[in-house]
Amino acid sequence: MTGADGVVTLDRVTKTYDGRVTALDDVSLTVADGDLVAVVGASGSGKSTLLHLMGTLDRPTSGTVRVAGQRVDTLGDRALSVLRAQRIGFVFQQSHLADRQTAVRNVETGLLYAGVPRRRREALALEALDTVGLAHRAGHLPHQLSGGERQRVGIARALVTSPAVVLADEPTGALDSVTGAAVVDLFRTLNATGVAIVVITHDQEVAAALPRRVTLRDGHVVSDVTTSPGDDLAGGLPRQVTTSPGDYLGGRGVGRG
Amino acid sequence: MRISVRDLVRIAVGGVTARLTRAALSVLGIAIGVATLVAVTGIPASGQQALLEELSRLGTDLLEVTARPAQGDDVATFPAESVAMAERVGPVTGVSAVANTQASVRRSDVAGESSGVGVAVLAARDDLLGVIDGELAHGRYLDAALDRFPTVVLGSEAARWLGLTRLPDAGPAPQVLIGDRWFAVVGILEPARLVPAIDQSALVGWPAAESYLGFDGRPSVLYVTAQEDAIEDVREVLPATVHPELAGLVSVSRPSDALLAKRQTETTFSGLFVGLAGVALLVGGIGVANTMIVSVLERRGEIGLRRSLGATRGHVRAQFLTEAVLLSGAGGLVGVVLGTAGTVGYALWRGWPVVLPPAAVALGLAGAVAVGVVAGLYPAVRAARLPPTEALATA
Ligand SMILES: Nc1ncnc2c1ncn2[C@@H]1O[C@H](COP(=O)(O)OP(=O)(O)OP(=O)(O)O)[C@@H](O)[C@H]1O
Ligand SMILES: [Mg+2]
Repeated sequence: MTGADGVVTLDRVTKTYDGRVTALDDVSLTVADGDLVAVVGASGSGKSTLLHLMGTLDRPTSGTVRVAGQRVDTLGDRALSVLRAQRIGFVFQQSHLADRQTAVRNVETGLLYAGVPRRRREALALEALDTVGLAHRAGHLPHQLSGGERQRVGIARALVTSPAVVLADEPTGALDSVTGAAVVDLFRTLNATGVAIVVITHDQEVAAALPRRVTLRDGHVVSDVTTSPGDDLAGGLPRQVTTSPGDYLGGRGVGRG
Repeated sequence: MRISVRDLVRIAVGGVTARLTRAALSVLGIAIGVATLVAVTGIPASGQQALLEELSRLGTDLLEVTARPAQGDDVATFPAESVAMAERVGPVTGVSAVANTQASVRRSDVAGESSGVGVAVLAARDDLLGVIDGELAHGRYLDAALDRFPTVVLGSEAARWLGLTRLPDAGPAPQVLIGDRWFAVVGILEPARLVPAIDQSALVGWPAAESYLGFDGRPSVLYVTAQEDAIEDVREVLPATVHPELAGLVSVSRPSDALLAKRQTETTFSGLFVGLAGVALLVGGIGVANTMIVSVLERRGEIGLRRSLGATRGHVRAQFLTEAVLLSGAGGLVGVVLGTAGTVGYALWRGWPVVLPPAAVALGLAGAVAVGVVAGLYPAVRAARLPPTEALATA
């Protein structure tokens, strides 16, 4: 469905805020099916802007963005919303869970705008919770969950529609390094099932653990490196960091092509 | 992508109940407005119903005939034969009369006259009570056996003013001084609903008034009952019938109409109260709008999240609009309950039947919902216009 173009394609994209601040300058980038990309860069280098443009939450000042083969500049609010509901999953630094709803209900919210009938939502949500290893926490309220667990509920909510791409803006930013590493491992496992994932991170170790790394500086892509399986990956990701569930390590071998 | 009404309501209920105290306050604002509206229409409607029931009990077939004094006269009277003349009119079913004797009444000859001030001493025919549908509270009324003796029957208020609210079961009847003569009080009347002037009167027999009070036998007020369907016709012919020479000075009124009119002004709340309800509803609406604006500001993160999950601007707008309508609708329901309780309480206290005009209830609910839509529109549009990235950035 996404074709050779990739899941998300940016072609000579520039984003200028208020006609003054150029957050992205002439960026071209393709996220292919099954990619697992780390986006790194200093604060203010344009990472979040890039993610928002990829996720159609904002429009570029110039250049074109394609999601799942569709040019988004031709789409109106409704069509963009359908795209976000069905093809894109977002994960944020804060998990944005509804306080008074159980984990499974929070995950169901991910299906609310995707046109999935009510009666099918719970089963899908439970399945997504199972995928992130939280099936046993389905009935818990957010305040009964740890920070890492809450973030996983957020990830399950992003995944529940089986999107083509998951866009995560500093998903480990609010977590300690061990919990963060577990979340990164979860991304690797999910990626192994075929979903493309883009992760913004400040954490060099997190970035090093992922097969492709895009570095931004002042709105420019200054490097885009793909590490083949078996490269210095293990060196970049000290084994002791990936402590928790060993089975998440299964995704290690998956890279591009 | 459409989202079902059920989902929409579910989201809105979640949003509203998450901030319960604030929601309760805006609900209360609307509730006060709607309760006022229901009460200010329900209470007069109940009073009106009570009055109609009372009138149907009292009957509406009574006419009261009075005259203005002719030039040169102090008092207006009818010819002595006017009663007999009126009786001859076909549909007339009863005629009675009273006449003001201009005498005064006192409880005793030592206490001064103050206690009897305001009490009119009327010569009354024996059939008066039957014609005006009056009732005795105590004792007996004037009849052929009594009406030539110095006996008196007191109207309810006159009795109270004279300090005679009841008669002794045994022993001599209390006496009152009328003119310079003692009269025995033989009866006290219940309030006369249609002819309240009787309440403030002391009634003496027609012959007794002639013998003891210098009464000339000319009636000053005639009471006429007639068949209900002919009442207007009777009303028209009466002036010429009872006072052929001075028909132009005669006026005929229908006491039931007067009672109706008086009660209507008593129980119909003025536009002021309805205006008050409107103001309360307006203030309630401002409360809802305020709650929603604060809510939108506080929930930017939620708005951003929903947009990222695929909510359109329309979805966000609908959600906040639904929340506003939910608040005001709940206020409407609470208001209807409070207004109903108020109406029921007041009606029970007054001994009225309870009437709740369905239009008032419907208007209250519809008004509340309309206020919610208006109050929610601006916050909802603001929420929908919020760019997703901005909403997420400030969260
Ligand atoms: N809505 C906006 N209006 C104006 N300027 C903005 C806006 N959003 C971002 N910027 C500017 O654009 C540049 C890139 O911002 P962006 O948020 O993409 O950086 P980032 O790489 O995500 O930074 P961080 O690591 O701190 O999150 C910054 O200079 C920022 O100040
Ligand atoms: Mg950022």
